[in-house]
Amino acid sequence: MTEFEAVIGLEIHVQLATQTKMFCGCKPVFGEDPNTRTCPTCLGLPGALPVINEAAVDFGMRLGLALGCSLAERSIFHRKNYFYADSPKGYQISQYDEPLCSEGELAGVRINRVHLEDDAAKLVHTSETGRIHGAESSVVDFNRAGTPLAEIVTEPDLRSAAQAREWLQLLRTTVKALNISDVNMEEGSLRCDANISVRPVGQKELATKTELKNMNSFRFVEKGIEAEIERQRILLESGGTVVQETLHFDPRTGSLTALRSKEEAHDYRYFPDPDLLPVSVDSEMVERARAALPELPAARAVRYAETYGFEQELSERLGFEADLGDLFEAVLEIRGKASDPRLAATWVSGEVFSRVEQDAGSAIEASTLAELLELLEGERITTAAARQVLDRVLAEGGSPADIVASEGLEKVGGGDALAAAVEIAIAAHPEAAAKVTAGEHKALGSRRWWRGAQRNPCSPWRRVGFITWLNNPQRQRFHSQRRWSLC
Amino acid sequence: MIDRSEVLHIARLARLSLEETEIEAITAELSSILDHVDQISSLDLEGVEPTAHSVAQSGALRPDVPVESLGKDAVLSQAPATDGSGFEVPSPGGGS
Amino acid sequence: MSSDLTTLSASAASAKVKSGEVDAHELFEQWRERSRLDDLNALSWSADSVPAEIHTGGPLGGVPLGVKDLFCTEGVPSQSGSKILEGYLPPYSATVVDALAAAGAPLLAKTHQDEFAMGSSNENCAFGAVINPWDRGRVPGGSSGGSAAAVAAGLVPWALGTDTGGSIRQPAALCGVVGLKPTYGSVSRYGMIAFASSLDQAGPITNSVADAALLYSQMTGRDVHDSTSVDHPDPVSEVPAADLTGVRIGVPTELSGEGIESGVLDAFNASLELAKSLGATVEPCHLPHAPHALSAYYLIAPAECSSNLARFDGVRYGLRVDPGEGLDAMYGATRSQGFGPEVRRRIMLGTYALSSGYYDAYYGRAQRVRTLISQDFDTAFESFDVIATPTSPCVAFELGSKTDDPLSMYLSDFCTVPMSLAGIPAISIPNGLSEGLPVGLQLVGPAFSENRILGIAASLEAAIGFDGSAARL
Ligand SMILES: [Zn+2]
Repeated sequence: MTEFEAVIGLEIHVQLATQTKMFCGCKPVFGEDPNTRTCPTCLGLPGALPVINEAAVDFGMRLGLALGCSLAERSIFHRKNYFYADSPKGYQISQYDEPLCSEGELAGVRINRVHLEDDAAKLVHTSETGRIHGAESSVVDFNRAGTPLAEIVTEPDLRSAAQAREWLQLLRTTVKALNISDVNMEEGSLRCDANISVRPVGQKELATKTELKNMNSFRFVEKGIEAEIERQRILLESGGTVVQETLHFDPRTGSLTALRSKEEAHDYRYFPDPDLLPVSVDSEMVERARAALPELPAARAVRYAETYGFEQELSERLGFEADLGDLFEAVLEIRGKASDPRLAATWVSGEVFSRVEQDAGSAIEASTLAELLELLEGERITTAAARQVLDRVLAEGGSPADIVASEGLEKVGGGDALAAAVEIAIAAHPEAAAKVTAGEHKALGSRRWWRGAQRNPCSPWRRVGFITWLNNPQRQRFHSQRRWSLC
Repeated sequence: MIDRSEVLHIARLARLSLEETEIEAITAELSSILDHVDQISSLDLEGVEPTAHSVAQSGALRPDVPVESLGKDAVLSQAPATDGSGFEVPSPGGGS
Repeated sequence: MSSDLTTLSASAASAKVKSGEVDAHELFEQWRERSRLDDLNALSWSADSVPAEIHTGGPLGGVPLGVKDLFCTEGVPSQSGSKILEGYLPPYSATVVDALAAAGAPLLAKTHQDEFAMGSSNENCAFGAVINPWDRGRVPGGSSGGSAAAVAAGLVPWALGTDTGGSIRQPAALCGVVGLKPTYGSVSRYGMIAFASSLDQAGPITNSVADAALLYSQMTGRDVHDSTSVDHPDPVSEVPAADLTGVRIGVPTELSGEGIESGVLDAFNASLELAKSLGATVEPCHLPHAPHALSAYYLIAPAECSSNLARFDGVRYGLRVDPGEGLDAMYGATRSQGFGPEVRRRIMLGTYALSSGYYDAYYGRAQRVRTLISQDFDTAFESFDVIATPTSPCVAFELGSKTDDPLSMYLSDFCTVPMSLAGIPAISIPNGLSEGLPVGLQLVGPAFSENRILGIAASLEAAIGFDGSAARL
């Protein structure tokens, strides 16, 4: 039987987080009352004209540079003519044969182009709003109309749904690091369409492709592409042919439906927008955009792996989440060369991140975390105590050293101190102490506890464990062992 | 120059519904105009750059500074049909 | 009762307001009364009261203004001569209308025009044809026919028009008034309901060159809302009549012979003799690609208009006709019933010229022809200071005489279209009468040479000594 391979290219739309829309001064704020963020230009009123937003061009250049593209000295906005209720002007202003950026690459996937365009309005079908008389009409909200979009078009270099998803995640991380977009798929500030074809392994020519739209999460991107590859493969295996069409992925059912009937062949009648002049990009603008580029996620991950010998997962966690990487580096900076980078890395990517997934990097001051790690690394507190301190710091703020002091979390030095602690415990719980003395603790498996306590300095946890154990030996058995092992 | 089916295709692209009686006349008119303008096909334009604008060659960009939007009432005041918050349009899917 | 202030020229009235001799409110009120005499269908709207505030301190001194229908005027109907925009009240005003009001030219009236500025006779107006005050059986020209007729008839002291392929100059010629099409980009297009964006340009229509210079002086400058607008490198202020000694006038053979009525040609040649007698040299010149200008124009302008007019879809403003068969049916019905035949024809033509498979042959080629036409002018201006042609090949024609033949109507634009494609300034001044009807003389200069052509026009205007009082209502 013939083996097939999938050939996948992506078209990604990124809403740029500029202060104003692409061609007018309206603020693109979401979740506002419908039609309160519009003006003559973005409403397509008679006589209104577009003027290009300088920041959108700058963001587009940053994106192009980050994706290794060459920037055009002169790029042109065309009109893409089509009628639809979401199109205020009857055309979209988009770049066509002279885009701002072209020919780049990210993680082995070639970028065909990055260009700028304006977003469409939002069409709300009245059936969805629960109105009684069905879907006879729809309502248009022009708040979104004119929001700047960067469209990224890849070459068909992806070969599987999982690879497409992974690559898209890297792209998202990269765009996020540039600080030019929220890149949130659920909210629509990152949108992905896929061009998919399937061909026999070894065949050079591209087969007929279909376009898959409306995959509004990374999971659906993978599921949708997977489903379409499977559909095409089964079709080809059964001797059928793939028809060029646009498909809509329904995440609820996982089904694919053709969006538009074939009879309406699209003829967008592209031509240079006569309301706009070509955009000239001079070396000063390029340098400014280049200077605004942060270290990119892929490069950062490689640097961590090479400099600190971290494994891939840890390097990527810190490299791809810019705020985590920043926190990690700031902690290292404060603690100096003598400190253990791996300890800082695991605490940032593990302990901190697991507690606050959203904006973990800004949840705690680097100096605070550095102080905590210093206590930990200097063996003044146990890991368990450090976790307790972290919880407190995240919840209430404050200095780790102060919390350790006020909570009495510092390790107890052993010897006399331990003896004193035990004396206090025994005095407080004479009955339990009597049982201990009678040797019941052996049955509870705490012999190791005693041995260990004599050998090593003992933490407050052990003291607490011991006292609790004294109170309720049955319940405490497991815990005391766990504390022991953590010490 | 241009035939009936092309006229219908163009009318569809331009969202103009032509009456049956108009089709022939507009086909003839467009043909005669196209016949005339087609004289530029005789010119040798090898190496001639197109001119989109004759005076300014590249445009100034707009600083990214917000300005006040129109009020919703002003926005909706000229609409043929509104529900008070947005512009009502017939369903894109076709008739009911 | 004070004297009739409406017999004053705009410049004279402006000077008198500024000197305190005339009260701007009184001036406005008298003009408001005059505007009611309109029986030419020249005006689409006129003010029902005197504005509370008139900027008399501005350079225009409070002389009220007629404005072509297609300029957006906040709260005042702006319909671009189309049924699809009947009664449309914009929420904003065109930059140039605001600028002129601030400079002291308050809005007095709006003027009728060919629908979306497509036409050369003003018969393509959804609200009825405008009549030429010189002969009520004839057209005033177009598309700014309402402005030209209103100025000629003394219904407004001066007016704004727009010119895409001759729409200021040709009606100015046919109505015996002055019309300036400025350099493309020198006046903001923001708020002008577009016909063809790369060609549309606002300009003054006035009774004299001095009035045109005064009004134009307050229209120019880069507008942040129009990225094709630029600051004028040689802004117009007061334009003294130029000394014609040694001025080199080129007469393009392609635009001054074949196809021009003999009466028009006679008047043209007489004025050239006059120029020579004032010291100018007059020589033939060549614009070899000018004969192709009409073809390029009738591809570029319809292509742009087909896209510019896509926004008239019955959703946010204007007419909606909904047969109840879904969105596309609503679009089709609205646009077919909202647009008149000429507009529909040009939308069809432009859609065709841009459609796949034809772009290179039509729109792409037309843009290249445009380059050649600009180069022709560049070459000519190496040897000449100004180029002169008749503005229109004919005098005002009879109402209805060309409506059945769109192509012949198009061909009458051949003297004005090349300058539009090149984006260069051109002025039409009254050049006497032929068979009792006004004839226009067109003077053309390089980009931003408004000072030069206005100066030369002022000298020739004085020498020609045209009397337009017969048109006054
Ligand atoms: Zn806006």
